Amino acid sequence: MNFAALTLPCYITVAALLSIGLYGVISKSNLMKIFISLSIMETGVNLLLITIGYIPGGTAPIENANFAKYVDPLPQALVLTAIVIGLSVTALAIAVLISYYQKNGTLEYKEGMKW
Amino acid sequence: MRRYAGIAVALLFFAFSISIFIQLIPYDSYEGSAYHYKNPINGSVANESVPSHYIKETRNETGAVNAVTAIVVEYRGFDTLGEVTVLFTAATGVSFLLYQLHKKMQRREANLITKEGSKIVLPFALLTGAYIFIHGHLTPGGGFPGGSVIASGFLLMLLAYPKFFVNEKRLSYIESISGSIFVIIGLLGLLLATSFLQNFIPVGKPGYLFSAGIIPLIYIAIGFKVGSELSSIVQKLKEVEE
Repeated sequence: MNFAALTLPCYITVAALLSIGLYGVISKSNLMKIFISLSIMETGVNLLLITIGYIPGGTAPIENANFAKYVDPLPQALVLTAIVIGLSVTALAIAVLISYYQKNGTLEYKEGMKW
Repeated sequence: MRRYAGIAVALLFFAFSISIFIQLIPYDSYEGSAYHYKNPINGSVANESVPSHYIKETRNETGAVNAVTAIVVEYRGFDTLGEVTVLFTAATGVSFLLYQLHKKMQRREANLITKEGSKIVLPFALLTGAYIFIHGHLTPGGGFPGGSVIASGFLLMLLAYPKFFVNEKRLSYIESISGSIFVIIGLLGLLLATSFLQNFIPVGKPGYLFSAGIIPLIYIAIGFKVGSELSSIVQKLKEVEE
């Protein structure tokens, strides 16, 4: 398979981001760090979707007389949705963490802690 | 122990996903194998894939130059309505979880540069945000980035001045009015055209500001809604007592 110049590095970055996020989720016990790891994994998934829609030599899908080739616009629209939903999830998670900290005085997760 | 297990699982996952990406994911063309674009309105089936239809016909069908905007607001507008609802639910959840009777403001003063600089930057941030969401059908951007830029201007003011606050009642009025405008435009599409969120305004000449039918109207409503929601989330997070 001959990969376009940009596609293979993007796939490697996606795999690296997903692995880093997975490592954080498994090995950390601080809840804030776990949510940061989830955000990193989410970035990896967004990058994966954008990379699948990439066409070699294509530009952003905005009509322009100078370019003939455009990348696939559909994954970009889906990723726009995914970014906004990720932002909402992060905001809600931070609000939950603040109330957790007020009840327990720590962000470490242990058995029997109150939410 | 847990750390080494994490490293081992992450390395395994890395190798696994690299091998999957290289072998299985198709790339290189939007022509693909699915040559069955079905027109949702008259039901005719054309011999082309969905992305190539979007690339070729966006200009004629919606009048927007930016294909991503046309997909987000018009082809998949119902999805965007759900997305706005998710953001609204998150803002409601944040204010529900952090509800407090006695609001306590941040105690520490910011330094001189932040204070004076944020005064200068705020009007430009509002102007840039408005530019981004008004020109959503012509340039990269749209309602969500524009609203975020507006909220970042308010965030800077909240960080610089301990006493600064945005009027929450006005924020919630702006939010509900712009959300209603979105739904009303959708229902007008149902009345005047054939389906929910369909374009009922003349498309105009593509590439000009007054073109693309309902897309700029909906993106202006989304910009106001996202800006006010994110500002209220940021303000709620600031007011927390330690």
